[in-house]
Amino acid sequence: MEAESRIAIESDADVVTARQRARELAAELDLSSTDQTLLATAISEVARNITTYAKRGEVRLRVVRDGDGRPGIEVVAADHGPGIADVERALQDGYTTGGGLGLGLPGARRLVDEFDIQSAPSAGTTVTLVMWSRTAARGVRA
Amino acid sequence: MAVPILKQGPVLIASIQTALTDTDVLQLREDVMGQVTRHRSRGIIVDVTALDVMDSFVSRSLRGIAHMTRLRGAETVIVGIQPEVAFAMVQLGMQFEDVQTALDLEEGLALLRTQLKEPLDGGG
Repeated sequence: MEAESRIAIESDADVVTARQRARELAAELDLSSTDQTLLATAISEVARNITTYAKRGEVRLRVVRDGDGRPGIEVVAADHGPGIADVERALQDGYTTGGGLGLGLPGARRLVDEFDIQSAPSAGTTVTLVMWSRTAARGVRA
Repeated sequence: MAVPILKQGPVLIASIQTALTDTDVLQLREDVMGQVTRHRSRGIIVDVTALDVMDSFVSRSLRGIAHMTRLRGAETVIVGIQPEVAFAMVQLGMQFEDVQTALDLEEGLALLRTQLKEPLDGGG
């Protein structure tokens, strides 16, 4: 069981901290520079959703492994904010209730390997992202 | 952290030095608009070489700067978008077609020089 890193999200500076912390972790796992950037960008989107809609929440980072021992980074962005009434709609490009471009959730989903969202009105929102290391996967096949 | 903006003749050069918070980005937009007016600038270069993430907020704000300055008669060029950042922007679905971009500061200045039809190094 590897250590979990927890970043409280209350301001736009915390959003930057969260994505930088994830990038450091991704670099330690030898994720490619591109994958580090994709992950950091996805975190920026989901963490901003916390400050925009819920005001506060947290981002948790940890290293996970799949059945072949391949490492990846799991990111959980959780809040106890207003929640999302229509999750399907929130995952469509261009839909927003926050005055942005509506690219946050659908964009983040396109940036990472795995994406899950759990939300209900007044119950808060939890978004889980996973980015797998590709280097190790090649090693397993070889 | 404030983004330094240098004046070179009719052109303003904003060189982003470090990761920007949303507040920093909004400040940059305000500073650029203020300086375009003060210096009657014809061109603006925003150097994003130092940015390792350009999420939807930053991208939208930079596009906003380009649109607003154009309404003031000045052309903005975004220079130095890193290859991984460009990849992430496309995956994210960011539309950036209506914004001028160039590889680096030198290319950006060359582009503005052609568009403004005047040398950029005179006039202090």
